[in-house]
Amino acid sequence: MTEALGRLAYYFQTFEFVRYAMVAGVLIALCSSLLGVTLVLKRFSFIGDGLSHVAFGATAVAAAMNLTDNILLVLPVTILCAVLLLRTGQNTKIKGDASLAMISVGALAIGYLIMNLFAKSANLSADVCATLFGSTSILTLSPTAVWLCAGLSALVTAVFLLFYHKIFSVTFDEDFAAATGVRAKAYNLLLAVVIAVIIVLAMNLVGALLVSALVVFPALSAMRVFKSFLSVTVCSVVMSVVCAALGILISILAGTPVGATIVAVNISGFLIFSAAGRILQRS
Amino acid sequence: MPQLTCENVTLGYEGKTVVSGLSFTVNAGDYLCIVGENGSGKSTLMKAIVRLKAPASGTIVTGDGLAADEIGYLPQQTAAQKDFPASVREVVRSGCLNRRGWRPFYSRAEKRAAEETLEKLGIAPLAKRCYRELSGGQQQRALLARALCAAGKILLLDEPAAGLDTKAAADMYALIEQLNAENITVIMISHDIAAAVKYASHILHLGQQRPLFSGTTADYLKSDAGRACAGTGGEPA
Repeated sequence: MTEALGRLAYYFQTFEFVRYAMVAGVLIALCSSLLGVTLVLKRFSFIGDGLSHVAFGATAVAAAMNLTDNILLVLPVTILCAVLLLRTGQNTKIKGDASLAMISVGALAIGYLIMNLFAKSANLSADVCATLFGSTSILTLSPTAVWLCAGLSALVTAVFLLFYHKIFSVTFDEDFAAATGVRAKAYNLLLAVVIAVIIVLAMNLVGALLVSALVVFPALSAMRVFKSFLSVTVCSVVMSVVCAALGILISILAGTPVGATIVAVNISGFLIFSAAGRILQRS
Repeated sequence: MPQLTCENVTLGYEGKTVVSGLSFTVNAGDYLCIVGENGSGKSTLMKAIVRLKAPASGTIVTGDGLAADEIGYLPQQTAAQKDFPASVREVVRSGCLNRRGWRPFYSRAEKRAAEETLEKLGIAPLAKRCYRELSGGQQQRALLARALCAAGKILLLDEPAAGLDTKAAADMYALIEQLNAENITVIMISHDIAAAVKYASHILHLGQQRPLFSGTTADYLKSDAGRACAGTGGEPA
């Protein structure tokens, strides 16, 4: 144990990228969990999944176009898709589901196709794997990327805090909110944009395929135990940050892929909370 | 001047008319019950009154010092609410949001108003309880308290007794009657004709495509539509 701690201390002192990874990872975990509760309760969690596929497709296009800062393309495309998806989802449920399936699978296929056609590096499968599962990207963050990450996280957190009560109202009962003069449609739009920002951010940490885990697991875990919106939100943020930090530390020590490790820690957290919820219910 | 005036309103879904030629007024202190078969446009009318849905033609205007967003609305429960982690206090306070504008947090006065409403409806002891763990009657009380926080003058209730057992439904009706006695206008949708004629001062009976009756309860009981339904004491045929 002491030996492991010593090694960690050495890594953190010696390597800048380890510190960057930790800072970025914690920030991303924080803001991805903030809106998790809302997404789960509004039955939007599948939209997060679909959006991550869109973000993958956009990343592939950005790579093919040789963009240095691929976020400049990925972010607007994902935001646009988020807005479109929420729009269609409001009309009829089945139509929204089907269009989501189409967009997400389509983006995945086109993305892979483009990566193949315009392959720059010799090791294509490693590239694809990194984008899908985020195996290395978190450890190769530049200082600029970390600053961008910090800025976007601060923005997401600020939006959430400022609109906390409105987000609650729109999540709990959209009809009531709209009927009493809260602009529910505008807040849905705001949610869509924030979800897209979170997905693009979190993709850096865990990769496109694992993004929804960061959004969904902390919220579902907290909902097992806590009973008010505030306590559920606070708990899911704490849990998400702890899991991300633990996951990064474990992956550094054990040499496991960062994204998958973080998700595995989240799954363990979910199981612990589920058990705790059962015990609390019985007593 | 009436608080609410509907003039020659036509309501419909995607071009299909549900009800047309609808005209009625609601004055301060009225207790209007909207009855009718499933699909006769009761909920659609209520959504039009709270401006969730625009009428296909005709006008719905508010008057007597009542602004369009000063209407307390109790919609039917949604599936998402069944497992929603929120305390009763959080739910009731959210009724105060419409007066917040851009200010992000509740003021002390609004928090106090929420507490007073909790007291008034007898659910203050439940304030910290989780909404999803309450009984159906308690949940409806919490939603009623939220509607009261949103507006103190007029309440629109979409089947407030739906899914409640006989006792809880009777308690709910008594509570609504008490609020009405404090000069709060009530517009309620109900399947329960017996309760409607017992409590309401006015009845609006919607039939296929057109209103069958609109007027006071006493007149309703003498009318053809009223006799056909109230005579059997239950659901309209």
